[in-house]
Amino acid sequence: MKISLRNIWTIAGRDFKTYFTSPIAYIVIAGFMVIMGWMFFFNLSHFNMQNMQYQQFNMGKGVSITEGIIRPLYGNMNVIFLFLVPFITMRLFAEEKKLHTIELLMTSPVQLSEIILGKFFSSFLLVSIMLVLTGVYPIVLFATGNPELGPIVTSYIGTLLLSSCYLSIGILFSSVTENQIVAGALTFAAGLFFWLVSWATQSAGPVWGELLTYLSLISHYNNFGQGLLNTSDIAFYLSFIGLGLFLTHRVLDSFRWR
Amino acid sequence: MIQVSHLTKLYGPRAAVRDLSFEVNQGEIVGFLGPNGAGKSTTMKILTGFMPASDGKASICGYDVFEQPLEVKRNVGFLPETPPVYPEMSVYDYLEFSARLHQVPKLQVSTAVNTVIDKVALGEVRKRLIGNLSKGYRQRVGLAQSLVHNPKVLILDEPTVGLDPKQIIEIRELIKSLSGDHTVILSSHILPEVTATCQRIIVINKGQIVAEDTLEHLTARMKKGLIYSMVVKNPSKEGLESLRKMDGISQVTAHGSKLAIEMKSGTPEIRDKIIEMAVQRSMGVLEFSVEKISLEEIFLQLTTIETSSQPASHSADHSQGAGV
Ligand SMILES: Nc1ncnc2c1ncn2[C@@H]1O[C@H](COP(=O)(O)OP(=O)(O)O)[C@@H](O)[C@H]1O
Ligand SMILES: [Mg+2]
Repeated sequence: MKISLRNIWTIAGRDFKTYFTSPIAYIVIAGFMVIMGWMFFFNLSHFNMQNMQYQQFNMGKGVSITEGIIRPLYGNMNVIFLFLVPFITMRLFAEEKKLHTIELLMTSPVQLSEIILGKFFSSFLLVSIMLVLTGVYPIVLFATGNPELGPIVTSYIGTLLLSSCYLSIGILFSSVTENQIVAGALTFAAGLFFWLVSWATQSAGPVWGELLTYLSLISHYNNFGQGLLNTSDIAFYLSFIGLGLFLTHRVLDSFRWR
Repeated sequence: MIQVSHLTKLYGPRAAVRDLSFEVNQGEIVGFLGPNGAGKSTTMKILTGFMPASDGKASICGYDVFEQPLEVKRNVGFLPETPPVYPEMSVYDYLEFSARLHQVPKLQVSTAVNTVIDKVALGEVRKRLIGNLSKGYRQRVGLAQSLVHNPKVLILDEPTVGLDPKQIIEIRELIKSLSGDHTVILSSHILPEVTATCQRIIVINKGQIVAEDTLEHLTARMKKGLIYSMVVKNPSKEGLESLRKMDGISQVTAHGSKLAIEMKSGTPEIRDKIIEMAVQRSMGVLEFSVEKISLEEIFLQLTTIETSSQPASHSADHSQGAGV
């Protein structure tokens, strides 16, 4: 059936506004900016010190801005999203169930897929805004040095995709319960699992090891961090997001049958 | 306008609604009356497309509820048992959201919202957050939500529950004023509620329709009492005579050894006395059972008094009107 953008936007707009009527969004954004600011400052001063040492001892060219600042900065940002996304998504369906407003949504002439996409885009928009706010760091780098643009752009694309995978997990877990805390905790646990799964690769056999690496959300980020756009990574992330939203659809649909 | 045939809803092995069939014509206000747990909410959730039925068919405005849910939902306004409101939204924003959800054309949204705010008398609180409103206002906001897209059919699940008497009267007047333009089904476990607003009443108990008629006809039927059935070894003339003479029994008919004992309406419980009498007259009781649960039995489970704060005369009026 045809998907209506207007319906998606109606849902997304309301949810997006709701982020800012509760303290959650402010706390998440403020926490994010403080941690990111601290990391940026730390990376920057560490980088400067390293390069000073290189110059002092005539050890050659030193580390590039990409290697010394951009990669660790955006790599860390992904970890922070792992912690913050549960707070962003836990409310989305759990609260609707608790308030019985899910009955309004499900008896309105909108399709379930439009409701789910609306919820996804509201959280996607919030994450995008957080990413835009971190734009000050590249601006500072461009003002004071000469960083490469490519890796910055691909880092942003990778981070947006990776955090969208967390969002999709979060929306799925928000749909299974009416308890926000449970939804948030499950989201964090699942996010951590898909993030750490590559750690088990050494102990697993060669076939399993490869599979686990493939499943690991973080292993698909590496190319983005180095300035490479790889279609297989993008396809993996998009399928992951799609699968999460599809399962959400199944959960909410089967919940009607009970 | 609304056609329901053989609708069944199972929760696990238990049926919440079984083999329900009824029709509602255009412009009618129909009351769905039954005690708590009768299956009223379940039926309404099925009709509004919130949940599918286990079996049976239903259609609204000619659209099949299961095959064409979007067309049905466009034509229906629904007030669920718990008003589906967001506490952090203002009344105006919420109704605007609801109008958009129901695809009111962009340019007509603000007119639609303002119209419904006037209709349901929410003007004073239009900018207030719903979370800060009283239960009565929240209920009205829920009702406004079901009306904002001017639907052909309104399905209201216990629309006046938890309101004070003044608000109840206002909401009832409002609902009555909707008949004609709108087709309305409203549910209630409160007898005076439906007698005050509805032209036709469907009485539902344990998931099944037990009566469906106009108020006057139902009242007449209620005058008929409960019937017990008793099987005896010895249906002697004297025994039957003594039973007929008992207080509260209007008629005793014997079909061989099976007696049908019809009670006068409003009789207190005297089953043990009947059996005692039969034993005294050496009739040899083999079986005793309730032949037919009268409408009255079901009505006795319904709430007949609106609220304790309601003026006594008011509720008494309605109760008498229904013959309880
Ligand atoms: N989600 C559910 N799971 C299991 N049983 C339910 C559920 N919802 C309702 N029921 C049962 O179905 C019956 C009808 O409930 P309901 O339709 O809410 O009745 P009413 O609205 O007339 O009070 C009740 O016995 C109730 O316990
Ligand atoms: Mg109910």
